[in-house]
Amino acid sequence: MTETTSGSAATTEAPTIWTVPTTTIAATQRSPRRAALQRFLRNRLAVAGAVFLIVVTLAAVLAPLITAYDPNAVDLSSYQLPPSAEHWFGTDESGRDVFARVVFGAQVSLSVGLVAALSAALVGLVLGVLAGYLGGVVDAVIMRIVEVILSFPALIPIILVVTIVGPSLPIIIIAIAVFEWGTACRVSRALIMSLKEQNLALSTRALGATPFWMVTKHFIKPVLSPLTVVVTLLSAGAIQLEAALSFLGLGVRPPQASWGSMLNDAQSLTLLEGAPWMWFFPGVAIVLTVLSLNFVGDGLRDALDPRGKR
Amino acid sequence: MLSYAIRRILIAIPVFIGITVVAFVFVRALPGDPVKMQLDPTHLTGPSAEAYIENARAALGLDQPLPVQYAIWLGNVIQGNLGYSYQFKVPVTELFADHIGPSIQLIVSAVIVALILGLVLGVVAALRQNRWADYVIGTTGMFAISVPGFFLGLIVLYVFGLRLAVLPTGGMNTLGVDGDVLDSIAHTILPAGVLAATLVGPYMRYTRQGMLEVLDQRFITAATAKGVSRTGVVIRHALRNALVPLTTAVAVQLPALVAGTVLIEHVFAWPGMGTLILDAVAGRDYPVLLGAVLFTAIAVMAFSLFADLAAAILDPRIRLA
Amino acid sequence: MTDASRDVLLRVENLSTQFGTGEAASVPVQGVSFEVGRGEVVAVVGESGSGKSVTMSSILGLLRGTTGRTIAGSALFDGEDLLTMSERELRRIRGAQISMIFQDPGMSFNPVLTIGRQLSEAVRVHDRSLGREQIRTRVRDLLRDVNISDPDTRMGQFPHEFSGGMLQRAMIAMAMINKPRLVIADEPTTALDVTIQAQILELLDRMRRDFDSSVILVTHDLGVVAEIADRVVVMYAGTVVETGSVTGIFHRPQHPYTRGLLASRPQLSEKKDHLFSIPGQPPQVITEHVGCPFQPRCYVGRNEEACGRTRPLLREVADGHSASCHYTDRVVPVRIGAADDRMGALHD
Repeated sequence: MTETTSGSAATTEAPTIWTVPTTTIAATQRSPRRAALQRFLRNRLAVAGAVFLIVVTLAAVLAPLITAYDPNAVDLSSYQLPPSAEHWFGTDESGRDVFARVVFGAQVSLSVGLVAALSAALVGLVLGVLAGYLGGVVDAVIMRIVEVILSFPALIPIILVVTIVGPSLPIIIIAIAVFEWGTACRVSRALIMSLKEQNLALSTRALGATPFWMVTKHFIKPVLSPLTVVVTLLSAGAIQLEAALSFLGLGVRPPQASWGSMLNDAQSLTLLEGAPWMWFFPGVAIVLTVLSLNFVGDGLRDALDPRGKR
Repeated sequence: MLSYAIRRILIAIPVFIGITVVAFVFVRALPGDPVKMQLDPTHLTGPSAEAYIENARAALGLDQPLPVQYAIWLGNVIQGNLGYSYQFKVPVTELFADHIGPSIQLIVSAVIVALILGLVLGVVAALRQNRWADYVIGTTGMFAISVPGFFLGLIVLYVFGLRLAVLPTGGMNTLGVDGDVLDSIAHTILPAGVLAATLVGPYMRYTRQGMLEVLDQRFITAATAKGVSRTGVVIRHALRNALVPLTTAVAVQLPALVAGTVLIEHVFAWPGMGTLILDAVAGRDYPVLLGAVLFTAIAVMAFSLFADLAAAILDPRIRLA
Repeated sequence: MTDASRDVLLRVENLSTQFGTGEAASVPVQGVSFEVGRGEVVAVVGESGSGKSVTMSSILGLLRGTTGRTIAGSALFDGEDLLTMSERELRRIRGAQISMIFQDPGMSFNPVLTIGRQLSEAVRVHDRSLGREQIRTRVRDLLRDVNISDPDTRMGQFPHEFSGGMLQRAMIAMAMINKPRLVIADEPTTALDVTIQAQILELLDRMRRDFDSSVILVTHDLGVVAEIADRVVVMYAGTVVETGSVTGIFHRPQHPYTRGLLASRPQLSEKKDHLFSIPGQPPQVITEHVGCPFQPRCYVGRNEEACGRTRPLLREVADGHSASCHYTDRVVPVRIGAADDRMGALHD
């Protein structure tokens, strides 16, 4: 192929001997998934976060095996003991072992976080795909709804809901999901809209595929990757939301432990100062979990889309 | 600019309607007699109470189809009638007026501090990209968004209020001391500081990202080729452009800011809207809670609008959208 | 004879610029030398990747703070070496004594500031003593000079409210506002419509005569060169392969690459089946190499041992005409109208 603008030299395909030898040809032959995995593994913070999450999840699942103490066992003789070899994190004002409560509390916090995030992501995915694919009125309506939902500071309507129906885990999960699906919806919609325009979509349609086929076979897969990023970040938000609710006394019912409710227990100034281990450890647990989720989420995002980030 | 403002406000109208619809759903979902919420409690006793309630029932359109009820209710809301508090027997709007001041004081202080810090840190991180300063700032930002505001509040309260005892542990003023500015400031430092800490992370990230994108542009080189100093380029050209994503950051963070304020007010016993809301929970004061749901959502929507208008002022290309 | 007596304004000698370090380093500009005289228009010609823009950026020190560094050579402007100047001294020269016009005017203006403000800035950074009204008047005058009507309204407008051609004219105004001795125009017409190109060139030519400036015109378009250039510098693979007057270059090229460029121009007066093009591709990443960089594509030196072994240096072959080739005598002169099929034949 020759191209000529006045005077510029054009080219044919003779090989050049001046290029820097590329050692990266092998790289292009790896599958994208492996490439993404390798990029992720190179991110030390993300790996550390992932390790922590695995540890915490295992601890939550294997809770009875990890600690000999019953998190709800009241023992007034062990009233408010500081951390020691016997009670790693000390005891609270009812004599319950704090470490046990933290470990069992992980069950609540993690399950609420994960289930709420997944539900929100699912709803968001479905509505986002609908909005992105169908466009027009459907899109406009769904986007307005998302805007409305996102205008509510999630905590406050949930407080109202919990006041009406009383605190229960399923209600909290549903309420969180209802107010959090907006971001997942926007992300899915944006992706679907860009995928629609690409050649793959056009050629599949030219082959006579029905919309349903196209959506499920070709669109869902590429959306799933960024959606995992959204799920991790939504989990972080959900965990914080549940902790906030429990902190206000509107979350799990006592005596069940949740990291947030443990912070609630330490509300009075005397407890705050006198037994800092009661609130410090569950708080740190929240921080580390949310931090890990954020690192992992960022790492996933960078691994799946290395172009121009950071 | 004016036409953009009008267009933007028009877009906000459906959102406003949507918010009120959601709120109305809550209204109808509340247990108890909806009439009682709207009525001046002083009229609810005595011999004429029955007639009064029946009249009110008709006025509120409770025998009419839902859309009519919604319209009547909405009409009331727009006129500023949010019903009467069960606990305090006064109009909800009156309660809000009493409690909004302290909350605004907290929020405004926090946002100002966070904006300044976020801006400076974001610029520094962008100028020193991938060097030591950038990583430190970035990781600190990560921490800041991972620490729940109320936990940070507890820590700070413990360290500064109890252990070191240099700052007060709660409330807006020391008892009995009124009008002392220093005392007021001392009380504001911890809660506003914690609230600001929750905002700095996102503000810094958006600024940094915005700066990095701008610094890559051709007009930055062109400005240098004109003879503008490095400082001049950063401030007059780069920063000016990076401010636009920052307004987006402010808007996006608004809901979290409101929620955070509720929690911080709880930790520091700050007599603002947050405390009002939590007291209402304890007393099952539905009119107050409902009013709060509506009010906070409208406030967030309004400030998002302002943020968008600010962005249009900063970046004239937005006005074409 | 000194540069001043010979009227040399800018003398670039042996300029080399490196990007990156260690193994990933590339040297897109190697040993570039050329001169610009007072009142001259010097065209720097070459295809993309030949190092033209990097050379210009190096001269003005615009690479400082990036991964690019000048590793050798000098750029004497009025006797002072731009490459070793402090940032502060360079700043005084940029925009005042030497100004630069960039390729895409749409990208070269700050989108959130008015045109008036950006032009005023060019004045203000070099003379803080001027009052607001004085600056405004100067900006207004320049805008009128470049044929932008209603300058007062235009000054308050933003870049996106200007058309491409108008923006480039504003850019020219901004470049000339401090009466520079030298204007570096980096492909000023490439991003514009063909119909606008002529206008812009004409404007550039007129302005430089009005302000008595020299111009370095970076371009890949030989037609543009023929129109307004006095002298030509031909670059290939990061180095200068030929310099000379316009007539000298166009009629008696001394380098096979230049010859190839000239042969590639489609001529309306001839009928051909194929348009000629130089076979092969220019090097993608330029590193230090032995021998002549053009050798793989050169019909003269393809099989010559000397061309593979030693790098030809730029040497004077005629008065004011230099080329870096071992076999300049074998370069076929250009005869207008002659069938350049012969070039094709020479390559088979």
